[in-house]
Amino acid sequence: MATEAHGADAAHEGSGLVFHPMDQFIVKPLFGGTDVHWYTITNVTLWMAIAVLAIVALMVLGTSGRNRVPSRVQSIAEMAYGFVYKMIEDVTGKDAIRFFPYVFTLFMFVVFSNTLGLIPMSFTTTSHFAVTIVLALAVFLTVTVLGFALNGAKFLGLFWVTSAPLAIRPLLAVIELISYFVRPVSHSIRLAGNMMAGHAVMKVFAGFAAIAAVSPLSVIAIVGMYGLEFLVAFIQAYVFTILTCVYLKDALHPSH
Amino acid sequence: MATETQELSQHAAEVQQAAGMPQLDFSTWGNQIFWLIVTLVVIYLILSRVALPRVGAVLADRAGTIANDIAAAEELKQKAQEAEAAYDKALADARVEAARIVAETKAEIQKEIDAATAKADTEIAAKVAEGEKAIAEIRAGAVEAAETVAKDTTAAVIAAMGFTAPEAEIDSAVSTRLKG
Repeated sequence: MATEAHGADAAHEGSGLVFHPMDQFIVKPLFGGTDVHWYTITNVTLWMAIAVLAIVALMVLGTSGRNRVPSRVQSIAEMAYGFVYKMIEDVTGKDAIRFFPYVFTLFMFVVFSNTLGLIPMSFTTTSHFAVTIVLALAVFLTVTVLGFALNGAKFLGLFWVTSAPLAIRPLLAVIELISYFVRPVSHSIRLAGNMMAGHAVMKVFAGFAAIAAVSPLSVIAIVGMYGLEFLVAFIQAYVFTILTCVYLKDALHPSH
Repeated sequence: MATETQELSQHAAEVQQAAGMPQLDFSTWGNQIFWLIVTLVVIYLILSRVALPRVGAVLADRAGTIANDIAAAEELKQKAQEAEAAYDKALADARVEAARIVAETKAEIQKEIDAATAKADTEIAAKVAEGEKAIAEIRAGAVEAAETVAKDTTAAVIAAMGFTAPEAEIDSAVSTRLKG
């Protein structure tokens, strides 16, 4: 019975059209074995380490010249610095510059994980809810704790819309409260969902490439998707970071 | 046979896993979260300790350099304007000085001319007076000579006519006639 099932499976694989679009997301131990303990060195570890190395290469090695007239790599590092710095200044305010290293860390991790995930055969760490939920919860908890620490009970004013008529304020408070607690969910699922969907779609197109008749179309579609995914990788990192700035603004200035 | 079955069950498990979303396989969450936290802490430390202060310093240095250069350029421009003003002033001063020297020289020359003219005038006047005196002398000489000639002629005429007359009488008669 089992042999039969195996046989059927093998026959199915033999036909050439098999889709395993989600296989790329499987967490596997790097050095053999099948058990994934919390300390196991897995492909997650590998690609996060590569992201760290890439960030070090850009931000530390790239700027080691400290050139007044920057080299190419240094000007990319400066652009990233200026981009996030200006975002915090514009969105959250000048007093939020002390959170710059924190926000910059999130941005660099997300943008490098997203783009490294586009390398064929790589593993996209930000396509996993486990990763994005931790990132989003970190922001959510930071904002909540910081909001109460800086503003005390006034932080609850975030939910009490004083600009609205008194009669509908309780209703608005409920809505605001729900939207506040939904933030980490939407914040994390937006990122992981975008990454996962794009990679899965590319894998499906790649599966079609096995059929000779549609393979040219499939290859063109993959090229198109790849360009789009490259854009999405940056846009999602930008969105994640700017939302972090928006949420931080609530903690610093809870009044509407 | 036994190994085959085991392999088979493993394969089946993999297929099972592949069918669902690996993202929702909670057995791997601990692993991912652990490595994520390690990664984030490492990135945070590297960025906040090394990279960000460095980039910030480079940017501040550049902004400072640019500001300094602009200030220096402004200063040089100021200096150039000052130099131009000084040049213009020197030029104007030189013009005034030149005009003054010209006027002075003109006045001096005029004075000299005036002095020379005056001196020439007096000389000319002296010469004229001298000449007039000479002319008067000559004229007086001529009148005297004419009188002498007239007296001699008169005496000769009287002698020729066979008369004699005292010389004094002849002289007074001629003189009277000449005056009359």
